Amino acid sequence: MPPLREFQSVVRVAGPILAVSGIDDAGYNEVVKVLLPDGTIRAGQVLESRKGMAIVMVFGGTRDLDCDITAVRFTGRPMTMPVSKEMLGRIFSGSAEPIDGGGSVVPEKEMEISGYAINPTKREFPQDSIETGISAIDGMNTLVRGQKLPVFSGSGLPHSFLAAQITRQARVRGTDESFAVVFAAMGITHEEARFFIEEFSETGARAHAVIFLNRADDPAIERIVTPRLALTAAEYLAFDLGMHVLVVMQDITAYCEALREVSAAREEIPARRGYPGYMYTDLASLYERAGRVKGRPGSITQLPILSMPDDDITHPVPDLTGYITEGQIVLSRELHRKGIYPPIDVLPCLSRLMQGGIGEGRTRADHASVSSQLYAAYARGRRLSGLVAVIGDEGLTDVDRLYLTFLDRFEHEFVGQKRDEGRSFDETLDRAWELLSIFPKDELRRIDPKYIDDYYRGGTG
Amino acid sequence: MTESSIIRITGPVVEADRMRGAQMYEVVFVGKDELIGEIIGLQNDTATIQVYEDTTGITPGESVKRSKMPLSVELGPGLLEMIYDGIQRPLTELGEISGDFIVRGVSAPALSREKKFHFTPSLSEGDEISGGAVIGSVPETKQILHRILLPPNLSGMVERIAGEGEYTVEETILWIRDATGTVQELTMLQRWPVRVPRPIQSKLPAIRPLITGQRVIDSFFPIVQGGTAAVPGPFGAGKTVVQHQLAKWCDADIIVYVGCGERGNEMADVLRQFPALVDPKTKEPLMKRTVLIGNTSNMPVAAREASVYTGITIAEYYRDMGYSVALMADSTSRWAEAMREISGRLEEMPGEHGYPAYLGSRLADFYERAGRVKTLSGEEGSVSVIGAVSPPGGDFSEPVTQNTLRIVRVFWALDADLAHQRHFPAVNWLLSYSLYSDLVAPWWEKHGGSEWGKMRLDLLALLQKESELEEIVQLVGPDLLPEEDKFTLNVAAILRESFLVQSAFDPVDTFCPPGKQYRMMTLIHRYYRLGRRAVRGMTAAEIQKLPVTARLSRLGPMPHEEFESFYTKVYDEIVNAFPGGED
Ligand SMILES: Nc1ncnc2c1ncn2[C@@H]1O[C@H](COP(=O)(O)OP(=O)(O)OP(=O)(O)O)[C@@H](O)[C@H]1O
Ligand SMILES: [Mg+2]
Repeated sequence: MPPLREFQSVVRVAGPILAVSGIDDAGYNEVVKVLLPDGTIRAGQVLESRKGMAIVMVFGGTRDLDCDITAVRFTGRPMTMPVSKEMLGRIFSGSAEPIDGGGSVVPEKEMEISGYAINPTKREFPQDSIETGISAIDGMNTLVRGQKLPVFSGSGLPHSFLAAQITRQARVRGTDESFAVVFAAMGITHEEARFFIEEFSETGARAHAVIFLNRADDPAIERIVTPRLALTAAEYLAFDLGMHVLVVMQDITAYCEALREVSAAREEIPARRGYPGYMYTDLASLYERAGRVKGRPGSITQLPILSMPDDDITHPVPDLTGYITEGQIVLSRELHRKGIYPPIDVLPCLSRLMQGGIGEGRTRADHASVSSQLYAAYARGRRLSGLVAVIGDEGLTDVDRLYLTFLDRFEHEFVGQKRDEGRSFDETLDRAWELLSIFPKDELRRIDPKYIDDYYRGGTG
Repeated sequence: MTESSIIRITGPVVEADRMRGAQMYEVVFVGKDELIGEIIGLQNDTATIQVYEDTTGITPGESVKRSKMPLSVELGPGLLEMIYDGIQRPLTELGEISGDFIVRGVSAPALSREKKFHFTPSLSEGDEISGGAVIGSVPETKQILHRILLPPNLSGMVERIAGEGEYTVEETILWIRDATGTVQELTMLQRWPVRVPRPIQSKLPAIRPLITGQRVIDSFFPIVQGGTAAVPGPFGAGKTVVQHQLAKWCDADIIVYVGCGERGNEMADVLRQFPALVDPKTKEPLMKRTVLIGNTSNMPVAAREASVYTGITIAEYYRDMGYSVALMADSTSRWAEAMREISGRLEEMPGEHGYPAYLGSRLADFYERAGRVKTLSGEEGSVSVIGAVSPPGGDFSEPVTQNTLRIVRVFWALDADLAHQRHFPAVNWLLSYSLYSDLVAPWWEKHGGSEWGKMRLDLLALLQKESELEEIVQLVGPDLLPEEDKFTLNVAAILRESFLVQSAFDPVDTFCPPGKQYRMMTLIHRYYRLGRRAVRGMTAAEIQKLPVTARLSRLGPMPHEEFESFYTKVYDEIVNAFPGGED
């Protein structure tokens, strides 16, 4: 790309987009600095370039911009960020300016924030299971290092508590490797942001955390860069410094709304509900940055959090996310109302990488059997409880009633746990057996019979 | 002549002027880094180009160079075991050049130029040959004899042919005098434009099932060699696992697996497993019969659009040698979305859901390349195509699913509810269908047993009956049902739990041979038939408590050898368990 060029020829401003005339050689994705009449500077990026014209997206928004005095400086570079180990323990704005009163970070390296795709042949298949201490996850949707596992939530549900609890408790058995947390906030409230920072401080995680904050009242378009900055920092920590990095990103829905705003300003043809047709590709460019690389010790595990508008899992944001990520943890308003924490509805949950992370030598030999049986039993319990709601319980058989007992105990004793309660894999699985032992042995058809002798605690059934 | 140069860049789409003479679908090299692109629109002397690499940093004014060639793949020995991106760049080799991440502007030949192959000629001087004729062959792997064919558009007289020996793909092996009298030199390396189907003599009707070892597929909704199938389903319903299972266990000779806009870890999983797994038919590592195309969701979107064409052209190439080839495309929706994205940048008139109006015809053209055929050289070959579809919100009424269903003959509808209960494969038995079931009945009657067609229909009817009864239960509860209906529900549960459920991760049950499928079906069918008669004298609960009932669970994971004697024993036990016995 050519070097620095400056133009004072903004010809059109529409939403977060502006058009600059007179420039013949703007580079696609080139970074620009927009110099406002009052002297402030906002960053932007070229979305489209032609001879004589560039279309620029302004991250800080276009408020106070004019067509006469505003100048646009083309930097000749794609967007990069300075990275360094010193970022640990620091808090940055949604565009990577330090906001914790500390000075700027002395860079060890500049990295392009859009990142590069990991060559699929260089990926190490993730297999080290993480003990989060939460039974509904560890027992039935085990998380592994290098996985991307989002939390699908809704407004008012305790996703922040859950994310904080996972961050606090997560460990990999038999290891003591260096870890880090990268937290990217996009459009969350001050209160939520404060909660995370305090939580990290109290648990001592602060020193290992890099925090990027774009809050609800910060510029919306900035949200398009915030996760990319966070993931670039994570890649540096993981693949250059060899750390195991957990990236928490909240709220992906706010991110997608920013994408939609840019798309609408460009008058693009939308796909569903006004979101752009390329949103799948765009989200993939974030989520696929999780993983492990052969021969490098670190890993990036992603825990994106998104709120489902109207609790609708078919909304484009959770839908496209689910199509890219390696499973999902789904929170339920109904369980929340029943007072169950964490209100994880295990049925729509999934961890696609669980299979490789569990079993003999990893967690426990009976793990897969137990998980599958819990699913079958809980699904049947739910079906029956729906039935009872309509026809009452007179028509039920004795076995049916066992399923209802199981349903209730499962939700309270297995899914439900305290906010500061961490259960080991063994504790989780033992608890599962206690519940499964409600049934006679021959109801446990998903369990390999060889485990019945060791773990079944019911009668002779 | 003035040089062509870029006048506009918007994402993966670039416009260049002074392109007079360029052709549609011609490959061009864009900008200083010479990124690979393809012309997808022409107007006066302006060309619209889709670029197969990230266009970051490109500016107007940079040059565009023409190749004068349409987007093509390299064909020849050495394709097997390779993993390519959407435009056939070899990913392992790219990794050696540029490291762990894919960077712009690097390239490597699709086929090794150094490797030598043992070529045995099958022609002699003076032979008159035409397109598709076998020039010679190379043992590409222990199982696959790679036949070198005369390109379809050539014919003439053999002037000279190389003797048996070791050759690279760039050494001349055939000198042929064509109709104009010119002598053309041919190597084992050939090129074919990906958007053009390779010619054949004729299409043949399908006759043989493609056995996949997945019970719900083979026994209930079978596909044939040369057939087409679609696997639609919401996220997490099991499309990729079905595709992987087919790639692992189906009895085709060659597998082409296209990971189109999906996850990097899924490709890593294939690369990890396939070399270690053994083909039940040939006892060779599965990788030895496989070509992988991996253009993951974070790789350039235009190359994703090309990936399915790259895959199907390679599939046709092996078909032309007389092999049965199976191609899996996961997911065709991502391909359609890539089309939509490019079309949007071209500001074309959108159709339904923003997809271009030609969506349906592109899908049809693609699936049309499947089939059992008579090749130019008179051999028989086939390409079976199995496409995953990822409907937004799991709603099958959307354009990609609907347009696909108009074309394909098998429909495996994956269901979120089944997946949530961990009933896998989550194939919904009420929605799914196969238009090949009558076609394959003779095969099954020969290799399974004479009752196949009847048992299949009876068991499908049982599942249909179950769903009707479930509706009644919703109103009155299970207790008020007549005993016979209670029994029907119990058998349906057995059929679902022990026949339809099949874990891909179970070391035994991951593949179920057709003989075992047939016998499992027989046991359940017999139990159903005799039990239904007995239930007039016994209650359903009594039948449920019979020891033989318990024996019908967990049939799948039982080791195949044990199952043989188990089958004979339980078969008799069923007769003895019910009063009245055999009919
Ligand atoms: N036959 C099977 N046996 C056991 N588990 C299965 C089977 N099929 C699917 N699963 C489970 O379901 C999970 C999701 O399956 P899969 O990845 O194939 O879904 P998908 O439909 O391809 O989703 P997406 O559209 O998001 O790619 C798997 O990780 C696995 O745990
Ligand atoms: Mg998939």
